[in-house]
Amino acid sequence: MEKFGFTLSKGRVINYDSNDRSIADYILQMEPSFRSCIECGACAATCTAGNFTEFSLREFNILMKRGENDQVREHIRKCMLCGKCSLVCPRGVNTRNVIVLAKEAFQKSESYAI
Amino acid sequence: MQFDPFVIPFNIGLYFILFYAVIRSIIWFRDLSRPDKLRLQRGFFGRAFGQSLKEIFLESLIHKKILKTNSRLGYMHMSLAFGWFLLILFGTIEADFFGEKHLNPPYKSIFFRFFNPDHGRTELEAAYAFLMDIILAFILSGLVLAIIKRFSSKVVGMKKTTRLKTIDKIALTSLWVIFPARLIAESLTSGAYGTGSFLTGTLGGWLVTFLPAKQVAYPFWWLYSLSLGTFFLLLPLTRYLHIPTELFLIFMRNSGIRTGDKAGSFSEVQVYSCSSCGICIDQCQMNYAAGINDMQSAYLIKAIRNNEDTSMIAHNCLMCSRCDQKCPVGIELSAIRMIQRRSVEAENEFKNIWKGYFRKRNNIAQEKVNGQPAYKYLPEINSEKADILYFAGCMTHLTPAIKKSMIKILDASGLNWSFIDEEGGVCCGRPLMLAGNDKEARELINYNSQLIWKSGAHTLVTSCPICYKVFKESYYIDVEVLHHTQYIKNLIDEGAVKMNFLHKRVAYHTPCELGRNSGIYKEPKDVIRHVAILENTGYDDENSLCCGGSLGNLKISHQKKHQIALDAAARLTTKNPEALITACPLCKKTFLSATETRVADIAEIVAEAIITPQARKRQYQHSLSVKESADIS
Repeated sequence: MEKFGFTLSKGRVINYDSNDRSIADYILQMEPSFRSCIECGACAATCTAGNFTEFSLREFNILMKRGENDQVREHIRKCMLCGKCSLVCPRGVNTRNVIVLAKEAFQKSESYAI
Repeated sequence: MQFDPFVIPFNIGLYFILFYAVIRSIIWFRDLSRPDKLRLQRGFFGRAFGQSLKEIFLESLIHKKILKTNSRLGYMHMSLAFGWFLLILFGTIEADFFGEKHLNPPYKSIFFRFFNPDHGRTELEAAYAFLMDIILAFILSGLVLAIIKRFSSKVVGMKKTTRLKTIDKIALTSLWVIFPARLIAESLTSGAYGTGSFLTGTLGGWLVTFLPAKQVAYPFWWLYSLSLGTFFLLLPLTRYLHIPTELFLIFMRNSGIRTGDKAGSFSEVQVYSCSSCGICIDQCQMNYAAGINDMQSAYLIKAIRNNEDTSMIAHNCLMCSRCDQKCPVGIELSAIRMIQRRSVEAENEFKNIWKGYFRKRNNIAQEKVNGQPAYKYLPEINSEKADILYFAGCMTHLTPAIKKSMIKILDASGLNWSFIDEEGGVCCGRPLMLAGNDKEARELINYNSQLIWKSGAHTLVTSCPICYKVFKESYYIDVEVLHHTQYIKNLIDEGAVKMNFLHKRVAYHTPCELGRNSGIYKEPKDVIRHVAILENTGYDDENSLCCGGSLGNLKISHQKKHQIALDAAARLTTKNPEALITACPLCKKTFLSATETRVADIAEIVAEAIITPQARKRQYQHSLSVKESADIS
C-alpha cells in the first residue's frame, strides 16, 4: 500500500482510573502545600537546572497529578535543590520537599525505582 | 565481717555498671579511626589530660555553663552531681577512717550508718556526721527542685522540659527515691541509737517518738539499696548514661577528636553524653517563634538513642546552630544532625530491650540512587581568564540589587575580575549536602571546581554565605575564597576604594551560615562601621538569630518560616534603625516581607557610599580647576 506520510495520532486520553497516581498521592500526603499549586510556572522560570536542560516543576506537577510518571522519573534527578523555586512561589509551596519526596516515592515503588 | 543481705541489689547494680563501662569503653576505643586512637594516646600523656580533669570538675560536677545560662537549673544539676560526688568521696573517707578497717568494699561506705550506728558520739565523729548531713541536705535541695521542674518547668526558669519515655520514668523514680530513702533510713537508725547530726539526728529523734525505729529502718535500708541497684541497672538504657559518658567526651574532645561526617565512636559518645537538660529547646527559634516543639536537638538525640526513625526530625531544622552554641555539654549537634540526614532509616530494634545495652550503629547510606550521574546535561566548561572571580550564587540572582552593587564595587576596585555565573551558573552544592545528598553535591562541586581552575584565578569572591561555606570547606581548590564582606574589607584596608560616610543608624543581622557556621563576625561589622553608624541589637555574633528562610530545613512550611522571620525581624528592629543590614541574599529576601524597615545587603550600602574612579577623577579635576582659578586671581 502507498504510504502518504499520514498516521493515526496516538490517543491523548488521560485515564484517571488506570493511571498510577501513587507518586502524587505520596507527595500530597507528606507535603500538603503541593495541593495549593496554581501551575503558574514561576518555579520553572527561575530554575537553575532549567537554565541548562529540560526541567520544569510545573510540568512535572501536572504530569504526576495525572499519573503520567515516566517523564518525571526520567528528569527528576536533574534538580539541584537550590531552592530558588520555593522563594518565588506565590502560593508558598515547599517545592524542594516536593522534589525530595518525588525521588523518595520513585525509590520506594518497585516499578519505578530510579 | 559486716554484711547484710540488703546490700546485694546495690552490689549487683554497681558491679554491673562498672563491668559495662569497661566493655563499652573498649568497644568505643576499638571503633575509633587510627589517627583518632593516636590522638587519644597523645592526649593521655599530654596536656589534654590535665585540661580534661579541670573541665570535668567544672562542667560535670559544678555545671558552670548551665549555671551561667540559668542559675536555678544550674543549681539543680550541681547539687545532684557535685553533692553526690562529695557524698561518695567523704563517705569513703569516713568508712576508711572511722570504720573497723581500712580499704573497704564500696557498700561499707554507702551504708556506713547501718553498719556503724553508734558512730557520731565523740566530737570529731559528730563534726564529720554534721558534714555528711550538710552534703545530704545539699543534694535533697536539688532533688526538690528537680521534682518541681518535672511538673512545672518554669520554676527553674525553663520554658520547656524534655518529654520522657517509660524506662526513663522508672530510672527517674529510682533516682528520686535514692536520697529520701537514705535520709529516712539514716534518720531511723540514728534515732534508735541516739546519734546523727542536725538533719538525720533531729528527724530520727522525732520519728522515734512514735515508731519502732530499729524495725522500720531495715526496710528503708532495703529500699535505699534497691533504688541504687535499679538505677545502675537501667543507667545504660536511659539518658542517665550521660553521667559516665560525659567524662569520655571531655577527654576525647580535649585530645582533638572531632565529629566528622560519618557516624562513629565519637558521635556515639556525644549522643550518650546528652543529659536532655532542654537548654537547646529554649534556644530554638522554631520552638518559640513557630511553635514546632518536637524536633529540637534533645529529641533528635533521644530518637537516635532509641533507634527510632529520625528522617523527619533530622530534616526539620533550620541548621542555624544556635543550639550548638548553647549546649552546656558542648555536643556538636549540627554535625550529628547532618550525619542523620545522610544515613538510611534505622531499623526499630529497641523493642528488644537487650539490644538497648549495645546499640547497633546506624549504617551510613550506601547510595540512595543508582550510580548514574545526575547532571550530565551541564554544558562544557569554558571560563574566562581572570585574577578575581565573582560567584554570585543562586540566591543573589534573585536579589539583583546585591549583584549590581557588587559589580559596581568590583569595577571601582580597578582589578581584573570576571563574573562566572553571570548567565545563571550551577548551584554550589550546599543545598544538596544539607538534604543529605552528598554524592550529587560532589558532581556539582567537581563541575564548579573545574570552572574555577580553568580561569586561573587566585581569588574567588562570593555574595552568598551558603556558597561561601561550601567553597571554603568542601571544594579542593587552590584559590583564596572570600565572602564579599571580607573582600570589601580588604579593599578598604588597601585603600583601593574610597567611600563617603552615610550618617545612617543601622542594625546588623549576622547570617547563620556566615557567623556561627563559618566564624566570620568581625569583617562585616568593620565594613558597616566604615560607612554607617552600627547599633547593637542584643542578638550579635554567636547569639544572632536565624531569619527563618534557611535552606537547611526541607520540611518546614512557608507559613512557619514567615512566623520565624516576623519574630526575628521584630527583635532586630526594636531600636528602629534606619536600615537592617545583612550579608546574605537569602536573609535579605526573607526579611523583605517581614519588616517595614529597609533591608539591605552590606554590598548595597557600600555601593551607595562608594566614590567611583570617574567621580574621583571629577573631584580631582574640580580641585585642580579651583587651584588654577586661585592662581589666576
